[in-house]
Amino acid sequence: MLSGRLLKQDWGPPVLLGILGVLCVVVPVANLLVPEDSVFHVSTYTVTLLGKYLCYALLAMALDLVWGYCGILSLGHGAFFALGGYAMGMYLMRQIGTRGVYGDPELPDFMVFLNWEELPWYWFGFDAFWFAMLMVVLVPGLLALVFGWLAFRSRVTGVYLSIMTQALTYALMLAFFRNEMGFGGNNGLTDFKDILGASLQSDVTRVVLFVVSAIALASTYLFCRFIVTSKLGRVVTAVRDADDRTRFIGYRVENYKVWIFTVSAVLAGIAGALYVPQVGIINPSEFHPLNSIELVVWVALGGRGTLYGAAVGAVIVNFAKTWLTSEYPEVWLFALGGLFILVTVALPKGVVGLLRNVLGSGGQTFSEFVGGRTVPEALIQWAKTRPGNKET
Amino acid sequence: MKVAARSSTRIVFGRWVRSCLVVVLAIGLVPCFGADEKSALDADFQATVDLLKTRSFEEKAEAARAIAALTHPRTLEVLTALLDAELYTERKTDRVVFAKGLDGGGFNIRDAVTGEELGQVGRRGAKKISVNNRLRGLLRGLIASIRLDNEDPDDRIAAAEAIADGADSSMREVLDRRLLVESDPKVIAAIETALVVFDLDATDESIRLRAIRASVSNLDGRVREKLTGISNDPVASEAIQAAARETLESIEETVARYKTIETVFFGLSLGSVLVLAAIGLSITFGVMGVINMAHGELIMLGAYTTYVVQTLLPGGLEYSLLIAVPAAFVVSGLVGIGIERGIFRFLYGRPLETLLASFGVSLVLQQAVRSIFGTLNRPVATPEWMSGSFELLEGLSMTFNRLYILIFAGLIFAALVLVLQRTRLGLEVRAVTQNRAMARAMGIRSARVDALTFGLGAGIAGVAGVALSQLTNVGPNLGQGYIVDSFMVVVFGGVGNLWGTLVAGLSLGVANKFLEPYAGAVVAKVLVLVFIILFIQWRPRGLFPQKGRAAES
Repeated sequence: MLSGRLLKQDWGPPVLLGILGVLCVVVPVANLLVPEDSVFHVSTYTVTLLGKYLCYALLAMALDLVWGYCGILSLGHGAFFALGGYAMGMYLMRQIGTRGVYGDPELPDFMVFLNWEELPWYWFGFDAFWFAMLMVVLVPGLLALVFGWLAFRSRVTGVYLSIMTQALTYALMLAFFRNEMGFGGNNGLTDFKDILGASLQSDVTRVVLFVVSAIALASTYLFCRFIVTSKLGRVVTAVRDADDRTRFIGYRVENYKVWIFTVSAVLAGIAGALYVPQVGIINPSEFHPLNSIELVVWVALGGRGTLYGAAVGAVIVNFAKTWLTSEYPEVWLFALGGLFILVTVALPKGVVGLLRNVLGSGGQTFSEFVGGRTVPEALIQWAKTRPGNKET
Repeated sequence: MKVAARSSTRIVFGRWVRSCLVVVLAIGLVPCFGADEKSALDADFQATVDLLKTRSFEEKAEAARAIAALTHPRTLEVLTALLDAELYTERKTDRVVFAKGLDGGGFNIRDAVTGEELGQVGRRGAKKISVNNRLRGLLRGLIASIRLDNEDPDDRIAAAEAIADGADSSMREVLDRRLLVESDPKVIAAIETALVVFDLDATDESIRLRAIRASVSNLDGRVREKLTGISNDPVASEAIQAAARETLESIEETVARYKTIETVFFGLSLGSVLVLAAIGLSITFGVMGVINMAHGELIMLGAYTTYVVQTLLPGGLEYSLLIAVPAAFVVSGLVGIGIERGIFRFLYGRPLETLLASFGVSLVLQQAVRSIFGTLNRPVATPEWMSGSFELLEGLSMTFNRLYILIFAGLIFAALVLVLQRTRLGLEVRAVTQNRAMARAMGIRSARVDALTFGLGAGIAGVAGVALSQLTNVGPNLGQGYIVDSFMVVVFGGVGNLWGTLVAGLSLGVANKFLEPYAGAVVAKVLVLVFIILFIQWRPRGLFPQKGRAAES
């Protein structure tokens, strides 16, 4: 499905990069230079909202890398996102200094509140930006490495793996809810003041964060595309389509899986780190399994295995969420639930697949589109005597 | 020292004389009124209650004893009111009254003797009958001794315990007297405990030693407290201290043993809830390869069905659960069949897509319930026969609701095994599980089997919901809390293996409860999750994996 030929013909990448480029210019100008009473003015609220969408898009892209290209459905990617967010949050907490409610130069407010005497060891170093950024990459990366190494080496696959990742994020959520963990418990980390000396409340900082998010999304896209079009990416795709065959040919399937899973986790962590200064809070509810599953729907809706599709899905769903939860809060869960069902039953290739089919530029046959499977996948399914043969 | 002793003797003597006087007076009044015994009693009561108006605490104590000696219907009320500082004298008439303070100052008063409502008086319209600590102690004892003759055995136990708490050895004879006539074994045990508590403080060493020896099998907290005190008491003799220590050790051992049994029981009851929640999932997951994320919501539907049944039958609380079980089975089962026919049918062979679609279903069901019943938790009542607890051994009690749920889970499990092993549907289900194509070739309508299997799994989820409605709050988020746990149980036990689910559920429940005291509830849960994550690395197909060609998928 994802051959180099197809990518070259694809209109997705230039459109995505083009939109991001335009946003990088138009949004700062419309927010900072256009006067506030003009119809072309973009409010800071909107800038932050768009920045948030971009972070979600980045997260969705990270998931698409493992799910769309390697067939690993992670139901715990929200955990990596949240861990990256917490690393950033810890840096921002240390920047508050004496401006907290209790004015303690060393300890964040919640620690003073808990009568802690000194900073726990794992908080050391987070006053330095470079160290925090290192942790944004290392913590999710290491967790994914260890988890992936354990899981893939024992050939835990399919739904078992999905459920295990869900257990992982659930366990982390329970742990982070505890005050004793030293991450602010229920309330998480909030009341941030500034980042690298710039106030988080100012319009300029907000716009800069937005632009950084857009650039990060564009670079991630290019990076991921580089991975999936490389020789290694081809092997990963082969693992997705036929795990056993790839192994029989002589590839170390688990190594590829661990590698792609870790890269994806790091990207998710970066998304979290960009997300936290824009929304101004990180708390354990980000670990909720529900968030991770919702994330899967963004990718499924956009179209898995395309990278830009994931970004499109993330923006569409979150825009709908922002709009529906404020206008018709009752309807939101019906809409989201209905979307899950609709996408999986009727749109296995997502919005992007639908568009491609309509525009006729995807090079797919109609039956491929409807079946939602590639030819080798379909053949394998057909060969199997397990449930599903009657549909094929 | 000597002087003090003598003076206290005199006080005791004086009190005795006066109390005799009062009693003689009270008894002496009876014949005067001859035939009309009731009004005679009222008059005595009036006379003794009026004695409370004295300023002397000594005299008040005598009066209280005299009141206690009369078996007037309002005796207990007057003494309790005196203890709670709610007994006043009305200034205008100098009557003794019950007074309840009003918000804006002033009192609502009621005649203490006749119980007649006397309306309201101002703040200065009534004067409190004051009591001191010694009098309070006496009153507690008197109230306890009256309650010791109460008809309700629970009340008698409470009274014996209150006496033991007060440790007023003057109450001994009251206990002894009651012990002679008492027939309820529980009350006897409570009285004996109180007597042991008194004896542990005895000055006579042999009595004390005997009490210590006798308390070996006594698990009452007061006895343990006393023994701890004695074992560290420098005044007590070596022998007594050693005996106390020894007894204490053996008591602690028994307590620890009971604690373990209790933890196992709690663990099994938590485990049985997990098994109930997971077993339906195990069927759909194992037999059909379908991951049903909406399983938790099917449980929730069962719980709401219980609520609806109770609302529709306001008078039938006692048997409402018996109706709710089949009702929940039908409701959840039908919804399940609807989901299978409407959605999952199109997704067989694509487990990850099924997972997403079923999650969509779960969101829709949640919101539907929220729209119909509101976001607040719904109250589900517990019938009489489910509440309370029973004592297996002394100091080892189990609550009925947990016990019944344990039994209920066992019954459901047995029924399910029977259905799968002994019925035609079960045979077809197993055939389709092992080899769908072959089963179809043999004439089994696999689509029908799919629908019925899914209905069965969903129905059991509904039944689990009825059980859960007795343990937790019934709200739209009920199902979400159980879905991760249920998956853990299924994955741990091995997919599609009913016995695996049973073993996994019970062992996870017990493990959780054993970890809880050391690590706290949340950390225990995290530890169990981490354990399962690691366990799956070791045995990727769970405790009891499916064997043979059917397992390759």
